[in-house]
Amino acid sequence: MSRIEDRGYAHPDALVSTDWVAAHLADPSVRLIESNEDTLLYTSGHVPGAVHVDWTTDLNDQVRRDYIAREGFEALMSRIGMTPDTIAVLYGDKNNWWACYAFWVFQLFGHTKAKVMDGGRVKWEKERRPLTAEVPAWPATTYGAAERQDPPHRAFREEVLAHVKAKNQLVDVRSPEEFSGQRLHMPDYPNEGALRGGHIPGARSIPWARAINPEDGTFRTAEELRKLYVEDNRLDPAKEVIAYCRIGERSSHTWFALRYLLGFPRVRNYDGSWTEWGNLVNVPIEK
Amino acid sequence: MIPAKLAELLDTLAPFDDPSERASILVDYANRFQEVPPAVATRPFPEDHKVPACESEAYVWAVDRPDGTLKLHFAVESPSGVSAKALATILDRTLSGLPPEDIAQVTPDIVERVFRQNISMGKGLGLMSMVRAVQTLAKRRMPARATRDGAPRSG
Repeated sequence: MSRIEDRGYAHPDALVSTDWVAAHLADPSVRLIESNEDTLLYTSGHVPGAVHVDWTTDLNDQVRRDYIAREGFEALMSRIGMTPDTIAVLYGDKNNWWACYAFWVFQLFGHTKAKVMDGGRVKWEKERRPLTAEVPAWPATTYGAAERQDPPHRAFREEVLAHVKAKNQLVDVRSPEEFSGQRLHMPDYPNEGALRGGHIPGARSIPWARAINPEDGTFRTAEELRKLYVEDNRLDPAKEVIAYCRIGERSSHTWFALRYLLGFPRVRNYDGSWTEWGNLVNVPIEK
Repeated sequence: MIPAKLAELLDTLAPFDDPSERASILVDYANRFQEVPPAVATRPFPEDHKVPACESEAYVWAVDRPDGTLKLHFAVESPSGVSAKALATILDRTLSGLPPEDIAQVTPDIVERVFRQNISMGKGLGLMSMVRAVQTLAKRRMPARATRDGAPRSG
């Protein structure tokens, strides 16, 4: 795979290679953060010095379907030894779904010093780089966060409905079977309770995985991404895009690709996604 | 009814409410995973032993022992298949050596009792599918035992 700086990305500094991470393992200004779907993976071994951020217990509110508020984010960042100047480098399993999801949540609180490790955990493993079960003890910090700012990055159902009525751009990043309504969930995953199958009217079906190289999970070049999103699927970078999937994890991956790699200025993630839309009463659905 | 060894293990795990403590125990089981020996199966493993809907690419075998009990064997092909390896070790240690009638009574709901908070969305179905695959192999042995000729079989 080509070097990140040679791929033509709009914001190449949002992505780092496994080589870069290996060279910064002892860099005190960098905090490696592993975020996975499989909660046993971090305990079984992780990149030396990496801390664990769990999407369910650390990033989600434990009562409402929402994200943590400012106090929760401050406590999390304090626990993992972050300051507003610390560079968060996120990686994880499932081709970085949850790393991108965590990156996205970090942006809700304005922690812009954040990067994703290209290829995620599987690339690090395939390269036979070191893993350790030792949990680092970074000294706790005092982290002052701003109030969560959803509007630039997050879309809610009423906004999506208005977006649909205005015939604005929507990207459905789920599998073609989910898009068509043949399935209510992705293959091999539990049905998380959507009563209706199909997609939000007007959405283009661009499965998230088309943005990566399947052999190592790295992102495709800007030229390849532009062909996929702009030429083949007619997304206009000048207009707003809302991406969605099932609960917002796969669409975080696409949100990252559109916003940071292609430089679309206005991209939001609809984290309510199909588990909300597929249950809403009287909203339009296409099959 | 849950076989005694498995019930004992579930009782041992029950007090561990802290996800990280439970994760350490489960990873310890995963580290003790022993792959199916070459005498039973070699790569490429046959598709009919593959656990359906398991993204860790798990395989399972049940080998008849002369005393009428079964010995379970597993393979987990995904390098990230930590949960599958943990469950395989637990199933082998608590169910191998039991007659198929006892093994067939173990249902997929034990997965939730073993993994609790450490069960992930995608993994849950795959792990339950592993238990179901073991259950199916045991059930297949039950009618076979009535007419078996005593020759060792594996399935």
